[in-house]
Amino acid sequence: MAKRSGGPSNTEIDMTPMIDMTFQLITFFMFVMNFSEAEQDDRIQLPSSQLAKPADGVIEKPITLQLTNAGSVIYAGELVAVRDIGAYLEREKTLMIDENREPNSATIIVRADGRAKTGEVQDIIRICQEKGFERFALRAQYDDRR
Amino acid sequence: MARRSSSGLTDKVEINMTPMIDVVFQLMSFFMCTLKVVSPEGDFDIRMPIAAAAAAAPDDQQIPPVRVKLSAAPDGSLAAIAMNGTPVADFDELRKRIIGLVGADSGPNSLAEKTEVEFDADYALKYANVVKAITAVSGKVENGQVVELIRKIKFTPPKKG
Repeated sequence: MAKRSGGPSNTEIDMTPMIDMTFQLITFFMFVMNFSEAEQDDRIQLPSSQLAKPADGVIEKPITLQLTNAGSVIYAGELVAVRDIGAYLEREKTLMIDENREPNSATIIVRADGRAKTGEVQDIIRICQEKGFERFALRAQYDDRR
Repeated sequence: MARRSSSGLTDKVEINMTPMIDVVFQLMSFFMCTLKVVSPEGDFDIRMPIAAAAAAAPDDQQIPPVRVKLSAAPDGSLAAIAMNGTPVADFDELRKRIIGLVGADSGPNSLAEKTEVEFDADYALKYANVVKAITAVSGKVENGQVVELIRKIKFTPPKKG
């Protein structure tokens, strides 16, 4: 809406719709913002499953091992060979014992690429078992197609 | 900053919006930049202690595990499925066979709850096939509801070659 003042012409823009819109956008981004620290790596193409519905509860202090298509493991953001994860798991085990937690109470989340070899997933599970871990969560992408 | 209108009848207070809009745009940029699209993921829980093979001594009360053999073609794709030595055409048939074996009831103390499925997959088999097989034995989706079947799943030790 333009308003003519006595002196030089002064154009006033009505800011209300823009501010309304901006606040709505902020509200939207605040709601969709995810604070969870779920480890998801773009290099992994998870296999999909209709039954892989997101769990209701949160797994307490899980250890995430991500197996790539090429057969290496992404552990805490770095690439490690499958045979070398034992040393890292040993360190996790020591930390857990220091915190008075049993290794068999911890869950190992296995995020394996759908194109990876099953034998390599089994190798990871075997190494974890040798270190005393026995709870595993095989992660898959939720597929809601009917 | 207040400004007296020329009429002198009403006071019109003009608020300087610039700092607020600056902050609001900065907030919006922050939320846009930190937005991480997380795809929905779910887990298949497996409890597999290393001593399971030794502990699984023959017991009158224990139901022998159902063995599902998944054979791989040279390129890693699925070549054949067999349940307790009998060939199975596909994963749908595998699910039907499991239902035929344990029944549709999956409540507490049901046969489905007690039965264990042991997967024996070839080393080179693509992992996606194993997830399909686990999906086939662990349940089905009926009218949007998940009907659970087998909950106890384990793997045979890996074998190279």
